[in-house]
Amino acid sequence: MATAYAFVAPAVVLLLVLVGYPFLLALYLATSDAVIGDMGRFVGLGQFARLIHQEIFQQALKNTAIYTTTAVVAKVVLGMALALVLAGLGRHRLPGSRLIRAAILLPWIVPTALSTVAWKWMFEPQFSVINWVLVRLGAIAYVSDLQWLGEAHLARVAVIIVNVWRGIPFFAINLLAGLLSIPDELYEAAETDGANVFTRFWLITVPLLRPVLATVVLFSLIMTISDFNIVYVLTRGGPINSTHLLATLAHQTGLITGEIGRGAATSLFMLPFLMVIVFYQMRLMRRKWEW
Amino acid sequence: MVGRQARRPAAYYLAVLPFVVLLLFPFYWMVVTSLKQNAELYDLKAIPFWFRSSPTLEHYRFLFERTAFATWMVNTAVVAVLSTAIAVVISILAGYALARLRFRGGETLGGVIFAVYLVPTTLLFIPLSQVIRILNLGDTRWSLVVSYPTFLVPFATWLLMSYFRTIPKELEESALIDGCSYLGALIRIILPTAIPGVLTATLFAFTLSWNEFIYAVTFVSSTAQKTLGPGVVTELIRGDVYYWGELMAGAVLGSVPIAVIYAFLLDYYISGLTAGAIK
Repeated sequence: MATAYAFVAPAVVLLLVLVGYPFLLALYLATSDAVIGDMGRFVGLGQFARLIHQEIFQQALKNTAIYTTTAVVAKVVLGMALALVLAGLGRHRLPGSRLIRAAILLPWIVPTALSTVAWKWMFEPQFSVINWVLVRLGAIAYVSDLQWLGEAHLARVAVIIVNVWRGIPFFAINLLAGLLSIPDELYEAAETDGANVFTRFWLITVPLLRPVLATVVLFSLIMTISDFNIVYVLTRGGPINSTHLLATLAHQTGLITGEIGRGAATSLFMLPFLMVIVFYQMRLMRRKWEW
Repeated sequence: MVGRQARRPAAYYLAVLPFVVLLLFPFYWMVVTSLKQNAELYDLKAIPFWFRSSPTLEHYRFLFERTAFATWMVNTAVVAVLSTAIAVVISILAGYALARLRFRGGETLGGVIFAVYLVPTTLLFIPLSQVIRILNLGDTRWSLVVSYPTFLVPFATWLLMSYFRTIPKELEESALIDGCSYLGALIRIILPTAIPGVLTATLFAFTLSWNEFIYAVTFVSSTAQKTLGPGVVTELIRGDVYYWGELMAGAVLGSVPIAVIYAFLLDYYISGLTAGAIK
């Protein structure tokens, strides 16, 4: 039907030119030895083969895996806890619950690059607040004991902390919406049957929340695995390349160093993982969940 | 619900307190730092949580007088407004067609758009930077106006499509019978009914463009074309020198517009957030 095609044409053209073409170009670049200013020659899977043997790439791949799993698990647990508390606040119509709901969303809506700058300052050991508090609590003897962004292991912890901080509101608000859609009668019936808080949580809340939980987790997996901003702002991949994720390493290799073929290959390494997630996400959407 | 029989409100407030403190502290710290005098900022004996000497707007003045901060703010606004406008118009058309008109390939296209919605910007920024160069838009804020719709359109189309589907078909059918074209029906009947949905899509698209970072930092390098995030991050950190007061002032000012918009449209935001992820 002509009208329909006319309506979707702008979207289709945009996606073909600015997503479809770049995608093909990425496949070409990743299989070439292109550098900036020179489109290079076809080298097959040479870039991938070399990447796998590169120490810095192995580190980035490992970092991405640890970053993604740790952060997503932490976000599920903390987001769920917060959602349950918020649901309680709302259910009892306690004053301020709307305001609290609004306030806790802030980390999610504020530009990540800017809030990460604030964290970078908080992690500053000498003059800022985290180490100051730790010293006063007696957890460390001197502020110089913890060089958050100067030591590889601590820096890896730091980027995960910021990612979790930013992601908790997304989990909490979506899980809250899921919680509120569970019919009250189910809990009331369970309560009359003598089920305690934990039984009710495991036998009613968790199973009924599964579709929402699955969607939110899949979404978050995509966003976390492909993260760039936090590491770029906090550590630039340092100290000595110890905190690179695939995206920040791709940026450094492809655009700073100029090895654009290898950079594209680094980025594309995310693709198989993303495809698995997208597959599950699409399957999830098609399924009808019945309560 | 867990703890539903806990009838004491105090328990809930007590439970939510650590979350509120944890999630909001960085903003408090950002604001306090941005208002502290440098002498106090680097004084080891000062108690960091509050002011010892009087607060100052010095860091804010520095931003506007000695850096291109105002330009970055304008650039960010221009890019966000234009890319949002482009994306919303394209998405209304596509979303309407996908929701209401039956056509060959329609279902496939819907699937493709959803898949593209899930493609992260960090997957294709390297080839896209080449495309931007081919289009001769390298190192201009226009490169962002052109590229942001790549992630805004799939997202907004998907959201609007779901919204259009909730509008009863009878509304436009009578208009169509009366001889209205599809475009006429869309503009006169559907859009006025769909204002909440369009507003949600617009709000989200605007926020996403305001907050976008990787394209902005990759495609643009000259000071006068930069947006807020890259401007603050790349130009207020010079070598090993950190202008912490100014950095925090920049972070505050860059966050305020988004926080204000969202405070006014919170309900749209929350419904959009949950609908966007779950549908």
